Amino acid sequence: MRRIISILMENEPGALSRVVGLFSQRGYNIETLTVAPTEDSTLSRLTLTTIGDDRTIERITKHLNKLIEVVKLVDLTEGAHIERELMLIKVKATGAQRAEVKRTVDIFRGQIVDVTSSVYTVQLAGASDKLDAFIGAIGETQVLEVVRSGVSGIARGEKVLSI
Amino acid sequence: MEKLSGAEMVVRSLQEEGVEYLFGYPGGAVLHIYDAIFQQDKVKHILVRHEQAATHAADGYARATGKPGVVLVTSGPGATNAVTGIATAYMDSIPMIVISGQVRSDWIGDDAFQETDMVGICRPIVKHSFMVRDPAQIPEMMRKAFYLATTGRPGPVLIDIPKDKTAPHVKVPFEYPKKVKMRSYTPVTRGHAGQIRKALEELLKAKRPVIYAGGGVISGEASDLLTRLVRKLGYPVTNTLMGLGCYPATDKQFVGMLGMHGTYEANMAMHNADLIMAVGARFDDRATNDAGKYCPGATIVHIDVDPATISKNVRADVPIVGPVQQVLDDMLNMLDEHGGQPDQKALARWWEEIDGWRQVHGLRYETNDDGPMKPQQVVQALYKATNGDAYVTSDVGQHQMFAAQFYHFDKPRRWINSGGLGTMGFGLPAAMGVQFAFPDATVACVTGEGSIQMNIQELSTCLQYGLPVKIININNQALGMVRQWQDMQYGGRHSQSYMDSLPDFVKLAEAYGHVGIRVDKFEDLAPAMEKAFSLKDRLVFMDIYVDPSEHVYPMQIADGAMRDMWLSKTERT
Repeated sequence: MRRIISILMENEPGALSRVVGLFSQRGYNIETLTVAPTEDSTLSRLTLTTIGDDRTIERITKHLNKLIEVVKLVDLTEGAHIERELMLIKVKATGAQRAEVKRTVDIFRGQIVDVTSSVYTVQLAGASDKLDAFIGAIGETQVLEVVRSGVSGIARGEKVLSI
Repeated sequence: MEKLSGAEMVVRSLQEEGVEYLFGYPGGAVLHIYDAIFQQDKVKHILVRHEQAATHAADGYARATGKPGVVLVTSGPGATNAVTGIATAYMDSIPMIVISGQVRSDWIGDDAFQETDMVGICRPIVKHSFMVRDPAQIPEMMRKAFYLATTGRPGPVLIDIPKDKTAPHVKVPFEYPKKVKMRSYTPVTRGHAGQIRKALEELLKAKRPVIYAGGGVISGEASDLLTRLVRKLGYPVTNTLMGLGCYPATDKQFVGMLGMHGTYEANMAMHNADLIMAVGARFDDRATNDAGKYCPGATIVHIDVDPATISKNVRADVPIVGPVQQVLDDMLNMLDEHGGQPDQKALARWWEEIDGWRQVHGLRYETNDDGPMKPQQVVQALYKATNGDAYVTSDVGQHQMFAAQFYHFDKPRRWINSGGLGTMGFGLPAAMGVQFAFPDATVACVTGEGSIQMNIQELSTCLQYGLPVKIININNQALGMVRQWQDMQYGGRHSQSYMDSLPDFVKLAEAYGHVGIRVDKFEDLAPAMEKAFSLKDRLVFMDIYVDPSEHVYPMQIADGAMRDMWLSKTERT
């Protein structure tokens, strides 16, 4: 099962490499990874997605918790949550396709953020499967370049991950 | 406030931590620190002959005393040579501080002379690591390193210090922090009372219980409590390789070591148990055989300070995360309050069954009056010569298993071996560390002609510091454990497992300034041992030739259950 693990950790050199290293060392997969400092500059928020059964996820979260620089973590997929991923995508847009691509972007509530005579650069945010669906709708042959941010997530309601 | 250089702060921090011995080897990146060491005499520096030995010596010191071992090495090869010793300590949860020099900070990343990314190399084999970015950080980092290494599940901590951060002319205010607080590190200090109660209820309900105790009982200083609990309940107790000594091996409730080369009765009791209480043990693959076939009828209680260990290899029915000492103490108190008694009838039947299993194998081996000596006889002679009261370090292989089976440890911290990583070359330097900690104690290193050659240069260190270690070299002219597997699984094809062109160990010992004794015949064994141990202030290297074809039994059958064992070359369960 796909899980979103959200980690609050010390914003210190080397902390990220310990998290990433743990996954390769113990043979777990990272599907996506995104990290940046929080409003408290001594803390970073790291969100990663991984795939595994309950037992594997339990082991992953226990080992992550053991890392000295990890302050707190939560498996967002255990409760109601919001997930978002940002995608910047360059799409071939010539002739009749220009209008078709524009329509698809509108349907997906994306924005065209850069234009040339033959290319649209589209910005799209949403859950990962929405981004997948957009690529599907455009057709892979039309896609020139894809940049995805990896998943960010936050719990719904009053639940807060903080120290 | 007093102002010190980075180098002086390193040494002062060690003094503040009460460090007696620093095991190390100098080099360019740590010269400032060595100069600061020269100008004081509180912390004694021990000069080894190879950095791996520095880590093993510090490790042996830590295992024997419970205090952290401290190591100082230079950058590059000095640091990488220490890696095996750091990994050894990590696998066995040994508290250790390793200070490594680093090239000056403005050269980091330039592939400078003797530059290695030590923090990167060590990431998977340390509990934590630091790199000093400012000399002012040194006192706090040192304090944190000692705190991390010795609390929770202990382990090695690395501090990498670029040379310019120890420069003698850069002085900064020094104050050693009394306490350290880390918001991201709070080791568990109490096990959950409800869980402990639940475990106790399971214990009292059990009809076929086994207490399975590991190295965590020793590092958690809980041997006395475990012994009290086990005696109070009257239950059988088994130890892992790392746990030997945490319960008196000569006691009738002790059923021996379990696992790959465990006793028949320990493995049978485990397989047939209806309750297993694991205390400070981690269900290592050498202790469980196939985890899928593991002890099918048993409810499993697991006490460990490390939550990541619980349900890692075998799922626990009653998990208790907490320090073994506190959990066992609470359990004993609850048992007193509870007033409950084990089912004595069922227990009597269970002991009857176990005593039956004790008759089956009993660590028997065949001796031959005319043939070569058996390695088991050597360990038995050692046990006799030392009245079972020595500190015994070992290397890795058959001799290690024979020592574990035939030297009966009645006290914790007496059996010192590399259980997790299985590091050949561990024994001699570890024995040095033990002898430094206890200068008057009898320290024996049980080794083989393969392992001893992996750190034999330390004979020179032993002479320099007058360490009267007794080396028991069980010489079968082969890498015995490799050979055993080749006999059993590779049709007797002894690929690269022979030891040809062995040195004359007696001459070698003498060349290093020590005493060497060669023993070929069994009748010479006991007198030779007696002579060796009577030389109280000399290192004696006993080179004892034994039967090269001997195997270690019992031996669990790969991918089987706990009860599946070879009992000799021809008999199996």
